[in-house]
Amino acid sequence: MRFTWFNLMPWPFLPDDFREKHRSVWVDIDSRLFDPAASHQVYNTYMDLLEYASTLGFDGIGVNEHHQNGYGIMPSPNIIAAALARRTKDVALVVLGNSIALYNPPVRVAEEFAMLDCISGGRLVAGFPVGTSMDTNYCYGQIPALTREKYQEAHDLIMRAWHEPDPFAFNGRYTKLRHVNIWPRPIQQPNPPIHIPGGGSVETYDFCIDNTYSYSYLSFSGYIRAKALLQGYWDRVSERNAPDTSPYRAGFAQTICVAETDEEAERLYAEHVLYFYNRCLHVFPGFADAPGYRTIKTIQSGALSQYAPPLGGYSSLTWKDLTEQGHIIAGSPETVRQRMEDMIKGLHVGNIFCLLHVGNMPADKCMYSTKLFAERVMPKLRGLFPEHDNDQRFWCKPLEGQVAPGGLPSEAELAARLGVRV
Amino acid sequence: MELKTIQTPQVPVRYFEGGSGAALVYLHGAGGLRAGDKFLAALAGRYHVFAPLLPGYGDSEECPALRDMLDFTLHGWDVVDALGLTDPILLGHSMGGMIAAEMAAVAPRQVSRLGLIAPVGLWLDEHPIPDLFSLMPYEYPQMLFHDVAAGTALLTTGMALDDPEWLKGFLVTNARQLGMAGKILFPIPERGLAQRLYRITARTVLIWGASDRFTVSDYGQAFRAGITGAELVTIPEAGHMAIWERPERVLAALARL
Repeated sequence: MRFTWFNLMPWPFLPDDFREKHRSVWVDIDSRLFDPAASHQVYNTYMDLLEYASTLGFDGIGVNEHHQNGYGIMPSPNIIAAALARRTKDVALVVLGNSIALYNPPVRVAEEFAMLDCISGGRLVAGFPVGTSMDTNYCYGQIPALTREKYQEAHDLIMRAWHEPDPFAFNGRYTKLRHVNIWPRPIQQPNPPIHIPGGGSVETYDFCIDNTYSYSYLSFSGYIRAKALLQGYWDRVSERNAPDTSPYRAGFAQTICVAETDEEAERLYAEHVLYFYNRCLHVFPGFADAPGYRTIKTIQSGALSQYAPPLGGYSSLTWKDLTEQGHIIAGSPETVRQRMEDMIKGLHVGNIFCLLHVGNMPADKCMYSTKLFAERVMPKLRGLFPEHDNDQRFWCKPLEGQVAPGGLPSEAELAARLGVRV
Repeated sequence: MELKTIQTPQVPVRYFEGGSGAALVYLHGAGGLRAGDKFLAALAGRYHVFAPLLPGYGDSEECPALRDMLDFTLHGWDVVDALGLTDPILLGHSMGGMIAAEMAAVAPRQVSRLGLIAPVGLWLDEHPIPDLFSLMPYEYPQMLFHDVAAGTALLTTGMALDDPEWLKGFLVTNARQLGMAGKILFPIPERGLAQRLYRITARTVLIWGASDRFTVSDYGQAFRAGITGAELVTIPEAGHMAIWERPERVLAALARL
């Protein structure tokens, strides 16, 4: 199993009457709700938490990309990942990911991911999302019906940029470059492992199967609702005669809260979980799914946009609803272990993106929950797929003997080495 | 009106044909065109109407090869050619007006009479056109009609938002139609037409609903300023959907061509 501690970086100061006074947490969210001075503390605490998780045995720490979004203040995950690369060791940096259709030219992603891989000593796990319709279409102006074609072209360009040792000309429809020759190049050859966040389209299943990429379902509605979608993926893996059904071909994001007892979990975390489901997921439905963004095939399959709110909206959900319906996994270490095991086996997923920071959860509670998960849940789930323990295809391969930051000589050493006075 | 199919070099095109009189090609707006469209019927009372569906609209085949404004414009001419028409009256509403204007700018010698009903295609910073693609269905009437209540009744007839199968069909239609429209309208319905308007030599009539809240009357004036000799006819008690609210007045304005 591979556990990644993931932080969406929600803005923790959305007002109590946010739903009533504001139409959306995303795209046209009121910029006056963002306090730059307060964000100094917020960003640094969130990065401290990611670094803390890296000391507790998580396989990865994860960041992602959203724009104009009150629950994700990370338009550039690469900036956060770069800072984390310096202050962490051994742990994978899971950037899930860069919305490659949004970068102009897309070789920018090939370059920045290569930099991250080099700085971190080969610890990058790279994600290539199409991006939500909110991000990709409404915030970044990509034409919905052309987004997937542009994404595909960007993917092909990035992979060639990583793989081909000599300069080449790229005559794409959306990008034309005479001299592609990125510098630096990634440590991990031929390329860092790639995870593709998807929302149920058959095209994305096939894309992952054909390229040996891991398919990630990043939802907030939990594993019970994810069953049909991931079953669709595994059915497709069989239909396409993929060489294996390794659980590492798939990943899943899950909100998790651990306390000493189930009651303590509710007492400590309920308000933060409800903050997330009631305020952070308050997306204006007009932004959920630009016409043309999803393929006809996907719509016909009946998959609703995951940002389309459930009937009655999230706001009517209580802690009890959220735990019982599996939106979140919360409770004592044993409760969480059981439900995690059900989820991992039921979905057959090897990569778990653990959303252990939720909504406006303060650092102390987040550390407590994280530590309990790392010490009393995670070890008991490690051995679930022993037959696939050696599957390294979907994870990073760090260099032996990584450089520690702060390795410069002292001024005294410097003086001695150079025979000068400093 | 009869629904027929004509082959163009890239895709078979579905079109409505009916009426008698001078040949007129009508290009529909982003909402598309249905068989019982009352504006189409009104047009057919005076013209020999050809009203092609943009690929992906109605039951017509999609055409992924049409991606940008030039593709749409040349496709428009391909359809006129396939129909065997020479210098038909070219008429377009909203998005169709944008395409018709582009066609007239690209091939000024092939069109001598041009009717543009509340066309999009220009952008005025001081009057941003609402974002059609993030409007909820219940917000359309307010934007599109002078008489909002009547417009609501028109748009919501047959809607069954609580029925999942109906909703799926609605989403598929939207994805096909507005997905296609988005190629020239998203995120801003402007693709450089302003710098080509000077090429239009057709006698042009611009037809505007006085209560158009989607493309406000300033756009009518901007088009008039850009097209030499263009006439602007404003229709009272009509919104962006003047074609449905005051079809007879639209026809009267067209008669000036």
